[in-house]
This record gives sequence, C-alpha cells and structure tokens, in this order.
Amino acid sequence: MGRTITIEPVTRIEGHAKITLHLDARGQISDARFHVVEYRGFETFCEGHPFTEMAGITARICGICPVSHLLAAAKTGDKLLAVQVPEAARQLRRLLNLAQICQSHALSFFHLSSPDFLLGWESDPARRNVFGLMASDPDLARAGIRLRQFGQQLIEQLAGRKIHAAWAVPGGVRSPLSAATQAWILASLPEAKATVALALDLYKRLLDGPLAREQRSFGDFPSLFMALVGPAGRWECSDGLLRIVDSEGTIVADGLSEDDYADFLGEAVESWSYLKFPYYKPLGYPDGLYRVGPLARLNVCDQIGTPWADAELAEFRAGSGPAGRSGPAGRRPVVTSSFAYHHARLVEIVACLEGIEQLAGDQSLMQGRIRAHASLNANEAVGVSEAPRGTLFHHYRVDDNGLITRVNLIIATGQNNLAMNRTVAQIAREWIPGPVGPDADIPEPLLNRVEAGIRCFDPCLSCSTHAAGAMPLQIQLLAADGTVLAERLRP
Amino acid sequence: MSVLTLWVDGAAVAVPAGASLLEASRAANVEVPTLCHLDGLAPVGACRLCLVEVDLPGDGSPTRLVPACSTAAGEGLVVRTATVQLQRFRRMAVELLFAEGNHVCAFCVANGACELQDAAVAVGMDHSRFPFQYPRRHVDASHPHFVIDHHRCILCTRCVRVCDEIEGAHVWDVANRGSHCQIIAGLDQPWGTVEACTSCGKCVDVCPTGALAHNDDTTAEKRAARERPALLRSARERQRWHNQGGPP
Repeated sequence: MGRTITIEPVTRIEGHAKITLHLDARGQISDARFHVVEYRGFETFCEGHPFTEMAGITARICGICPVSHLLAAAKTGDKLLAVQVPEAARQLRRLLNLAQICQSHALSFFHLSSPDFLLGWESDPARRNVFGLMASDPDLARAGIRLRQFGQQLIEQLAGRKIHAAWAVPGGVRSPLSAATQAWILASLPEAKATVALALDLYKRLLDGPLAREQRSFGDFPSLFMALVGPAGRWECSDGLLRIVDSEGTIVADGLSEDDYADFLGEAVESWSYLKFPYYKPLGYPDGLYRVGPLARLNVCDQIGTPWADAELAEFRAGSGPAGRSGPAGRRPVVTSSFAYHHARLVEIVACLEGIEQLAGDQSLMQGRIRAHASLNANEAVGVSEAPRGTLFHHYRVDDNGLITRVNLIIATGQNNLAMNRTVAQIAREWIPGPVGPDADIPEPLLNRVEAGIRCFDPCLSCSTHAAGAMPLQIQLLAADGTVLAERLRP
Repeated sequence: MSVLTLWVDGAAVAVPAGASLLEASRAANVEVPTLCHLDGLAPVGACRLCLVEVDLPGDGSPTRLVPACSTAAGEGLVVRTATVQLQRFRRMAVELLFAEGNHVCAFCVANGACELQDAAVAVGMDHSRFPFQYPRRHVDASHPHFVIDHHRCILCTRCVRVCDEIEGAHVWDVANRGSHCQIIAGLDQPWGTVEACTSCGKCVDVCPTGALAHNDDTTAEKRAARERPALLRSARERQRWHNQGGPP
C-alpha cells in the first residue's frame, strides 16, 4: 500500500511550509511536494492605489529582501513615467542591491544553512542553528553576523533605514552617496572580505569530503537556468536583459526583455500549494522547469567582471564538488547541483563586495541629478531586479490617473518551486532507498536532509506568496490512496 | 478691549474678549492637543481632541465637556485640560479615528509628517481597542498635480475651510452622513474636472494626514505647509501686500 510522508513545518526558512512524500503501491517514493500554506494577497489589495505607492507597499512583502521589491517597483515606475533614470541613480540603486544581496546571502549561509554542515547533519536539532554555531565556533558566527551587519548598515546609510527604506522611487533615488558613507564603506570592506574568504575556504574544504553525498543528491538534475546578464554577459543584479541557459551550457534564449515575460514564462497553479509554479513556456509545464538565484546567475553569466569574484567563479565552475561538470568544448561549464547554491552565494558575496568597492570610489554618485520627474506616460509596465533568491518581476497596469488596476508579481522562490519539489523527491529517494512498509517511521537523516535540501534555495515564502512568522517543520508520509501513514513535527 | 480672566489648570490667565479656550490655554502655557484646528482657519470642533472640562463660576452646575477650539473664554471659568478622564477620552477619540479609516503608516506619503500619527503618540495610543472597519474607500487621482486618498481622510475639514476662507474657491464640501461622510470636490465630481479649483495646493498644505498629497509623493515624502493659512490670513488682514494700499 502506498503512503505519504509529511514534513511540517519546515524550519530555518523564511515562511510557512510543509513537505509530503508520496509512496507508490510498492512503497517507493513516487513524488514529493513542497506545500506553501500561507496566503497574503498583495496583488489584490494594491489595486486602486497610486503606482507611486507601489515601492512602499511591495517592499513590505518581505523584511529580508525589501530592497528587491523596492527596486523592481521603482523600475516599473520609471517605465510608467517613461523617463530615463539618471546614471548616478542607476548606480546608486545597484549599490543598494549589492548591499542587500550581501546581507541576505550572509544570513542564508551563516545563520540558516551552515549549522547543517558545520555542526553535522545528525547533530541535535535543538542546537543545529546559529546559536549552536556561536557555541562551537564563536569567531566564525560573529564574523558571519557582522558580514550581514555590513550589508544592512550600508543599506541604512544609503537609504535611511535597514528595512523597508523607501529610497528608490520612480525616476531614480532620493539622495546621493554621502562622503561619510563612502568613507565608512572603504573602512568596513577589509573585514567583510576576510569573512567571506574564511567561509569560502571552510566550505571548499568540505566539498570533496563530508559534503560529497549531499552535493550529489541535493537536487542535482538537468534544468534551465535564468538570470539577468549585463553587457558582454557580465553578472548583473539590477539592469541588463534576461538569459536562459540549459545544463549543457547552451544559451537557450538571450537578450530577453522583462517586458515580454508573459511570452516565455507561464505560471501553473496546483491545488495543494499557494505558491504558483512558473515554467519556461516553450518547453511547457512541467518540463519547462528552470532555476533562478545565485546558482542560475553564476551559470548564465560569462564573467563577473571583478578579479577575485572571477577567480572564485572559475573555481566554482571547475569544481563545486563532484557535481560540477565541465560542459562540452566551447560551452560554459554548468553546475547543476542545487547544493551548489551555497557555494554560489559565497561567490556572489565576493562579487558584491568588489562591486561595492568600485561604486564607493565613484565620485559621480555623490552629486548631480539622481531623480527624473515626469507625470504618467504609460499605462502598463514591467520591472525586473535580481533579488538575492533570483529574478523578480513586477508588472503593473494603471488607469489614466495612475491608479493600479492590475498587479502581477513573479517572485524568485516561486520560480524555484518546481526545482524545490524535484530536489525533495531526489533527497527522499537517496535517503529512503528501499520500499517503505506501512508502519515505517520517517528516518531522522531524511528529515534533516529534506529540510536542508529546501534550504539550499533559501526560499522566502513570505515573498513568494506575497506571509509571516517563524516556522516549525512538518513532514508527512502518504499512502497511494492519500492516507497519512506517518507524520513528524519538529517545533 | 475688554479682558476676561479665567483659570486654566489652576493658573489665572487674562485673555481678550472673544478668545477661545484654546487661546486661553496657550496664554497659560498649557498645550491642549488638537487635530482639526489650524491657526488661520475658523474652528469647527470636529475631532474632539481638544475637549476640556469647564466649571461655570459659582452656579454649581455639573462640569461640562467642551471643545477648547470652538468655545469662547468666559469670565471666571475654571478650565481643566488634562484630567485622567480627558486623557482617556482623547485616546479614545484617536483610536476611533484609526479604526474608522484605513491608516497604514508603513507606506503612507505622510509617514513621519502626519498629525494623526503625532496625536497617537501624544495620547499614548499603542493599539486601537475598537475593531478596524476597513471601509472600502477610493483614491481620486484625476487632478494633474494632486491626489486625495479617502482611506486616510479624518474629516477634519481643513481642506474645506482653507479653500473657502483663504483661497475663496470653495471646491471642497462634506457629503453624506455618519460612516458614509466624505470630502467631495465640486459637488461630487472628479477633482480634476472641477473648474473652481485653482490648483493652489492649499488643501494639500493643510491636510493633517496623507489624504491630500502631491501626486508624485512616495512613502514619507509629503511636504506639508500647515502654517500657511495663518500667514496668509495675517498678511491679508494687515494688508501686507503692496497693491492693497497698506503700509509697505
């Protein structure tokens, strides 16, 4: 008799979720579902509000990456005004996003994920967290927390507050880079760089050894990858055009504008989750599975454009563990294991720190025009930004007075939804290799790894369902007929 | 000019006849919270935040609750401005204002420059004990420069008064009754179509909340100029403009 395993709630992620593992009649894992069980309805309650308020409203979707929504909303606003944003403002927005990606990745790596592999998969779950890390390696934990603080404080210095700053506005930004912030950045960078160097060193040493099995079984499958790239295929986080590559390194589509997203991205809905399932339209649902976020950004770009980050990118591609594949001659090597999201995050922190250093030295960000003013000149626009977790789309329609009539938000975590489901299924097959009897329990190693597999994607469910709170983990084992055979809850 | 003497919170104060209890309180250096009141505009006593307790001299009648802004000072009155009961009433008034509309400071244009927000802090309100009504209201963004968001309107009628008394255009009125009350432009036309509107922006200047704003204002960007009516009225009454033939 088949059954389903449910993990609910999933811990150390941002949002509410549960996982069900579905068994077939022979007791083998047939499917896994990552259920997002929260609903917020931002798209609906934005209707009727002026588009100028969208940056302020949508930033409130998330306390971790409000900057992403702020930037996507501001960029959508630019297009509704039909203005050219002053160059200094574009660069200031980029500086803000680099600071955010740095702080969010530091949070994901040090606070949320590293306890799994630094403290051990089977260590006491009550201590397998950032507090456990503080007890076992206080210097590393402190450095990680301070790295996140660096990003957060940079956001505060630029934009007035760490969370929910409303500094990016349609047409540009509100204030230039101050001399004090510039001096603060330059003084703070050495410590931040030393921390990420330490983390990279620590992580890379684990790759071929203790993490080899996870690297192989945590969502290592062929898929498409999508991200923004800049001129010359440079790694990009705020401007540029979309590129899609496959796991062989072939560029499937390039130079795609966010304006046309509906032509190449579809959104499927499943009755068991509030999170939609975006897919690449030409391949249909669910074959059009694609991944976004740090792993995708490093897979689609030709280069990062700064020396240390490019060196780390090469090392990442050559050997993010045994799963790192060299592509066919002439094609880019593509890393396909979802476990490599962790490594990709560290490489991106390097990219962010080097990018921040470059921009901090740019005197043009300290004066001159930073905001274009205009009245409404378009009724529909799409804005895009690279959130820490991946590509974020905002699509607004407004009436002739600039009041919102329709909003569609396509969130990074949503775009990784199919990949997260497939990752959980792969982990379940790896850690429950044989048939499961009707009275079998959910094994502890599986519980630990299923959670960790989801965490690779650093999913932000608050954003993706456009909901809130600290979440425990629920996992259910379901029979083929849907009966709950086993259930475990980790508070 | 005759002078009245009264008591405000135990202190004797002398004010010219015709002064309000609010002016008498200020003369006694006592700050009474206000919201609908604005210097330079006629008082209406709409918000009830400036309620004070008044005892008439010697008649033994019960204490009366009156709005300080629209009650004239009288000889020998005993005024109390900050009793425990008054503080409770004021907090209740502010809570009711929050519960009645849709006041979301987080993304409001007036966040940080909002008199309702300041009033909430002043009366010590940290939550509303009354259920939020979440009324379905709308935003009128038809004006080329300004926008009125009825979700944020507290019906103080400052806009109505400044447009009528200072600008002389009388674009604004109050329509309907009870919870259906709302500010309307041009006898309930889209604001952008009202010919009487001179687009002077005084209504935006005086609005205590984010209900009236410039249409390119984003979160916390509203620029208010609430001192303007008093300056304009004073300049007009004293004939400060050279083409009025007053003193240079």
